Amino acid sequence: MPDNRAATIEFDHVTKHYDRSLEAQGSPGAVDDLSLTVPAGSICVLVGPSGCGKTTSLKMVNRLIEPTRGRILVDGVDVATRDLVDLRRSIGYVIQQVGLFPHQTIGENVATVPRLLGWPAARRRERAEELLALVGLDPGAYRDRYPAQLSGGERQRVGVARALAADPPILLMDEPFGAVDPIVRERLQNELLRLQETLAKTILFVTHDIDEAIKMGDLVAVMATGGRLLQYGPPAGILARPASDFVAQFVGTDRGLKRMSLARVGELPIRPAITARPGDAAAPARARILADPFPYLLLVDERDRPLGWLDQHTLPAEGTLSAGAVIPVSPQFDRRTTLKDALSMLLDADVQAGVLVDRDGRLRGIVTVGMVADWFRSDSGGDLPAASAILDPSAAAAARV
Amino acid sequence: MIDWAWLSDHVPALLYRTGQHLYLAAVAIAVGLAISLALGVVAARRRRLYPPFSLVAGLVYTIPSLALFAALVPIVGLNMLTAEVPLVLYTLVILFRNVVAGFDAVPPDVQEAADAMSYTSTSRLVRVELPLAVPLIMAGLRVATVSTIGLVTITATLGDAFGGLGYFIFEGARRSFPTEIYAGAILTILLALGLDRLFVHLQGRLTPWERRGSDGASPA
Repeated sequence: MPDNRAATIEFDHVTKHYDRSLEAQGSPGAVDDLSLTVPAGSICVLVGPSGCGKTTSLKMVNRLIEPTRGRILVDGVDVATRDLVDLRRSIGYVIQQVGLFPHQTIGENVATVPRLLGWPAARRRERAEELLALVGLDPGAYRDRYPAQLSGGERQRVGVARALAADPPILLMDEPFGAVDPIVRERLQNELLRLQETLAKTILFVTHDIDEAIKMGDLVAVMATGGRLLQYGPPAGILARPASDFVAQFVGTDRGLKRMSLARVGELPIRPAITARPGDAAAPARARILADPFPYLLLVDERDRPLGWLDQHTLPAEGTLSAGAVIPVSPQFDRRTTLKDALSMLLDADVQAGVLVDRDGRLRGIVTVGMVADWFRSDSGGDLPAASAILDPSAAAAARV
Repeated sequence: MIDWAWLSDHVPALLYRTGQHLYLAAVAIAVGLAISLALGVVAARRRRLYPPFSLVAGLVYTIPSLALFAALVPIVGLNMLTAEVPLVLYTLVILFRNVVAGFDAVPPDVQEAADAMSYTSTSRLVRVELPLAVPLIMAGLRVATVSTIGLVTITATLGDAFGGLGYFIFEGARRSFPTEIYAGAILTILLALGLDRLFVHLQGRLTPWERRGSDGASPA
């Protein structure tokens, strides 16, 4: 019986040649000496152009393809030594074409592995309904339909439900969202990430889409034609420091923006604002703001909620401050705002600073374009410079925002 | 032109011959299907066996039926086998090719998914490939049935003990008695049409997933 703990997957010098005679002539195979470790409970995305061996690598885990050399270990055990049936029942498998059985109802499709495992009918039905609900399909409406009656997106959800049926510790996903339109794809990606928060499976995910890799992966393995692994690590690190020109080119000239879409405002150092309240005396406030390089005073209410900016040049020299003539505070961020969104909003703002507020709308600090630029220059994209660090699961977990 | 009195006098004979016709055809189709399924499974697994199998079945089909029936008499004598062997052989070319086409029509991603979910080769064949091959196998069965029903009439050349409804056709021709010819021919046609409808109905029952109705099909 499969257990529901996540498992580590380790590729240990794995090589695959489909044609041994070509290998003798020294031509490259499908996968070339691949070594990488996927920590338990993380999503590892294999990404690269077609012919880079990513799908071949995936299929060697559940032995749809056998490696020419090298070993693949699941929780330290060489899969080649495992009983094939037992191994495959402990690994969920999702593919682009979904591969649902057209002659079986959705309920039967989802319960495929439980049926092979010999679960009684009542338990199979219960499990199928539970899983359909989990992937966002109403069991009552879908259970008795056939795959041909579903849309592409719905079929793909069923594919995920089927893969999860026996609660396997590992999921293999080969371009699972490649055949659905971009809007549905984005929704399915988000739902998988949401599911993964509670399921915490070890997921090996193949795509040719670098944006999908960056979005989905705790770890991203960039592969090149001939099955060579070029770089492996958290996506932020790959974007910040591509290991080669090929990787840089593959991740795209907009990799800076992509990095910023991974980082959040909460990662920036907190910069306090010069603040005052309506009714405060103007003179001391003016003195404080003139001493600060940032030329705006932030007016806040009695509960520290931002009211608006006051320009140091138009600040009265005497009297009291009033909320009447403030420049509205826009934009406002919370810790979860991505730097990409923050920068975009900042460039569009009257005062090129945003305010960071907590859940109750209270001021935490300010964010300027300069701060984003400083982060961009100093940040190495997660603190994982050494390849060895990624073998440590806690490092991978820490790299996840 | 039609001798109604002859017809009403010969109801028991017509019924008997209809039953015989059905029996000769059913045995041939059942045996032909069994052989085709066996050969089809082998050929679907070992592709290089398909061309020779297909060629032999095709060559057999070109042998004139009259010659084949006659040639078998000295070999097996005059019994059921003399009639059934050619009938079975003629079904093979259609049934074998359709069985293989049916297996070929199983989408590769479905086969791969079955493998990945730990189906063994045999369980995959029985639970996945065979059901999905049913539409093409049924299409072959319909053609083979219509053709066999027609061919059974030729077995009348072997003697009065054979031929089904063909007996009347040959008798009518010999006696220049059109009513008998029409009776044999029309009943043969009705038999073929009836069996064809039966198979259409059967296929609908066997492949409920192919029915795309108004029962909640989603927009794609």
